Order: sequence, then structure tokens, then C-alpha cells
Amino acid sequence: MSSWIPLWLHKLGSPPTFYRFAGKLRPWMLALAIVLGLVAMYGGLVLAPADYQQGDDYRIIFVHVPSAWMGLFIYAVMAVSAFIALVWRIKLAEVVAMESAPIGAAFTLITLTTGSLWGVRMWGTWWTWDARLTSELVLLFLYLGVIGLYHAFEDRRQGARAAAFLALIGIINVPIVHFSVNWWNTLHQGSTVRLFGPSTMSGSMIWPLLTMMVATKCYYVFSLCSRVRADLLSLESGKDWVRRIASEEHPG
Amino acid sequence: MSQATLGRACAAVLQRDLTLAWRRRGDIAMPVLYALIVTTLFPFALGPENALLQRIAGGAVLVTVLLAMLLALDGMFRSDIEDGSLEQLVLAPQPLALMLGMKILAHWLTTALPLIVIAPMLASMLQLPATAMPVLLLALALATPMLSLLGAVLVALTAGTRRSGMLLALMLLPLCVPVVIFAAGALAAAQQGLPWIAPIAWLGAALALALVLAPLACAAALRIALDA
Amino acid sequence: MTPFLAMGGYAAYVWPSYAIFLVVLLADALAPVLRRRRVLRELRARLARQAARQQRHADTPNDA
Repeated sequence: MSSWIPLWLHKLGSPPTFYRFAGKLRPWMLALAIVLGLVAMYGGLVLAPADYQQGDDYRIIFVHVPSAWMGLFIYAVMAVSAFIALVWRIKLAEVVAMESAPIGAAFTLITLTTGSLWGVRMWGTWWTWDARLTSELVLLFLYLGVIGLYHAFEDRRQGARAAAFLALIGIINVPIVHFSVNWWNTLHQGSTVRLFGPSTMSGSMIWPLLTMMVATKCYYVFSLCSRVRADLLSLESGKDWVRRIASEEHPG
Repeated sequence: MSQATLGRACAAVLQRDLTLAWRRRGDIAMPVLYALIVTTLFPFALGPENALLQRIAGGAVLVTVLLAMLLALDGMFRSDIEDGSLEQLVLAPQPLALMLGMKILAHWLTTALPLIVIAPMLASMLQLPATAMPVLLLALALATPMLSLLGAVLVALTAGTRRSGMLLALMLLPLCVPVVIFAAGALAAAQQGLPWIAPIAWLGAALALALVLAPLACAAALRIALDA
Repeated sequence: MTPFLAMGGYAAYVWPSYAIFLVVLLADALAPVLRRRRVLRELRARLARQAARQQRHADTPNDA
């Protein structure tokens, strides 16, 4: 590969090195996620004043919106590593792409359920065919398709490559779905409720939101690290470094 | 490779698939029968009021045709994978994307075309006004090739797996959402007497893009799914 | 404390949202831990079987 990529990046791509690196990174990221998450929840649930229109109901925003951002962000990460996996055939990129999918699906699920909990008061029903909610549902189906295809293959690496291809098709599809769903929504009702505009967001509401966003990012890195570690162990179970780990933990 | 041999290869693939399909005529009738059954069930479920049926007719016919196509999609490459002729096609000197394009065309001719032919009958069973009928046919003529092309990519991806029926539906849903939205949007506009050319134009643009890209993606997907 | 828990009458919506957020992420965090444990257990069992087989071969040299 080209010489502009530093050597440590090549080394990081080798499974045992990444396993150790992820093991070191994991607890720090978890601690950061918990601390920032607690701060954000305190700021959002206690410090931020109630909204003058929605009362305390709007406090769902502090888990709903960061989860929605993460759903999209993780899909983008998955697509980028899927691209790397398909072009350069790097095993670690396959693992990262495939282990990102369940985390992204979890965040999308959170977005959908908290969104519908919010919607009970906003729209009067649990589910409405609102443009964003519908796009989010389609995103969940995209995630489930990638996970399902990955597990349908007997050969894990072949499954990862096929699912990576599907993830790339999906990333082209996401903007198209968003555009078409928006068009469809204006066609049929044209009354999308603005959940929040820039004018109604005060600073005391913004900072818990941004803090929670950083916390969920840290959580993603943590979860990805532990998932990739577990996956590398089972993928490389024939190798020496894995045997050493197996005999070191719980000897006998 | 000369132009002539390429043309002959395309014709051979097309002819082979059409001949195989003709030998199993019963399979061609299956999606048509399925669409007929589903359409018959709608009035029983919703009540036979003409006004209500008229309102849902366009969308119901579209979704029925889509599901009928999904039923047939699973078998697109099935027999070719089982008897190994698909691997021969991968190894052949002719460009794989073009050959797959021919296979998709054959599949569209044998599954979607019969559905388009009976679509006016299904639609009139649900009281779709005659004025909207040309738009229905136009929307189907643009939407069904899209579904065949998109479906072919996904079928190619699942080529290496044992069972894929439900998975295929799950993977196809996000891809066919825009197609359904624009096709049904054009129909609804036509029924209300509004201009319907914009969604049809979008569908046409998407089809032009898919005609070029989908066979290439299909070939790439097949190479991934078959290298063991 | 009570008015805080009541959330201005929206307790039935706010608290379940936070609960879902925490429960889903907790499940997501526990899944790889359990999986790692299972993978290592299976690997150790396989290594033990291999060792036993080698042991047996060493005990009974093939004199047949």
C-alpha cells in the first residue's frame, strides 16, 4: 500500500495488535460515556427549564435526538469500513463493519421507541407516518437486512463481504428514501410537526444535548471495541495468540 | 471481442432462459394467480363499497404486483446455481454484467410482463376509473423493471446462502420504498386529476440509472457471493 | 423530589424513554461480554480435547 499511511496504522490492522489496543481503549471509553451521560442527564432532567409549549415532555429529546444521530453516524461508519473491506480486503474492516450493525440497530430502535413515546402527546397516537419516523423505520430495516445477510452465510468472511456490499447499496439508498418519504409526506398531509426549531432551543437545553451526543459516541467506541474483540477471538480461534489468551484466563 | 459474437451471446442467453421458462409454463402462471387471489381478497376484507375500493385501487394493485414479483424473485438464479451454469457464465469471456442483464430481461419478460397484462383487469375489479388506467400501466412499466433490477442484485448477494426467501423480502423493502412511493404518487395524482408527470419522470430517471448500474452491481455481488 | 419524579404530568412518557435508552444499551453492552466468554469456553474445551487425544496417542504407540 502507499507509503503515506503511517506504519502504526498497518500494525493496528493486525488482529492481535488491535485486540490489545481495543482492550486498553475500552474501559476509558466506558468511563467517559458513563460520566458524560450522567452529566447530560442531570443537565437535561434537572437543570434545563421546562419548555413553555411542551412542558417536561420535551426532555425525551436528550435521549431521542442523540440516538437518531448515532443511528445515521454508525451507518456511515459501517459503510466506510465496508468500502475498505471490499476494496483492500482487510479482515479488521470487515469485522468493524459487521459489528457496527447491531449497535446501530440498537440506537435506531431506541430512536423509534422514544420517538413514539414522544409522539403520544405530540400527535395523539403512538405511531404516525411522519417523514422522519418512517425514514428511521426504513433505516432499521436496512440494518436488519445487513445483519440477516451476514448470518445467512456459513462462511463468515464471505458473509461479511456480501453484507458489506449490501451496506454500500444501502448508503446510496438512504438519501433517496429520505427524499422520497419527504415528498410522499407533503403529498398526503403536509403538516409535519417541527419538534424543535433553532429559536426555541436555549443554551441550557443545547449543552446537555451535545454532551449526550459525545457520550453516545464514546459508548459506541466502547461497544465496538468489545464486540470486535469477541469476534476476533472466534474468527482467529486457530491462531496462537488466541490460544494463549484462552489458557491465561481461568487456567485449568 | 467483436460486436457480432457479443450480440450472439446475448441472444443465446436470452433464448435459453425463455426456452427454460416456456418448458415450465406453470411457474409463469403462479405470480399471476397469486395477484388475482390477493386482489379478490381486498373487497372481502374491506367491504364492497365502490367509493372505498376506488380510493385504494391504485395502491392495492401496485402492492399486489410487487408482492407477486417478490414471490418469483427467489427463483431468478436458483436453477442456474444448482446446475452450475451460473459459474460457467462467470467464467465466460463475455462481460458478466451484460449476460446478467439478459437474464434479468428474460426474468422480467416471464414474470412481470404477464402481471402488467392482467393489471388492468385487477384494477377494474377494484373499480379504478378508466382515466387512470394508462397511468397505471405506465407506472407499472417503469416500476417493475426497477424491481427486477434491484431484486436481481439482492438475489445475487444471497446466491451463496441456503434459504433466502424472507431475507430477500427484508432486504428489498428499503430499496422498493421509493419506487412504490413514486408509482403510487403518480397514480393518486392521476385519479385526482392532478398533473402526474413529475413522479413518472422521477421513476424514469431512476430506471435509466438502474439499467446501467444494476447489472454491474449484480455482477460484483455474484462474484462476492460465489467465491468460496 | 416528588415534583421531579412527576415530570409535570409527563412521567409516563419521560421515564420509560430513559429506561428504554438505558436497558437497550445495557443489553448491547452485555452481549459481547457473554459472547466472549462463550467463545473462550468453547476454545478451551477444544484445546482440552486435542490435548487428551495427543495424550492417548502418546500412551498407546501404534505397534500394530
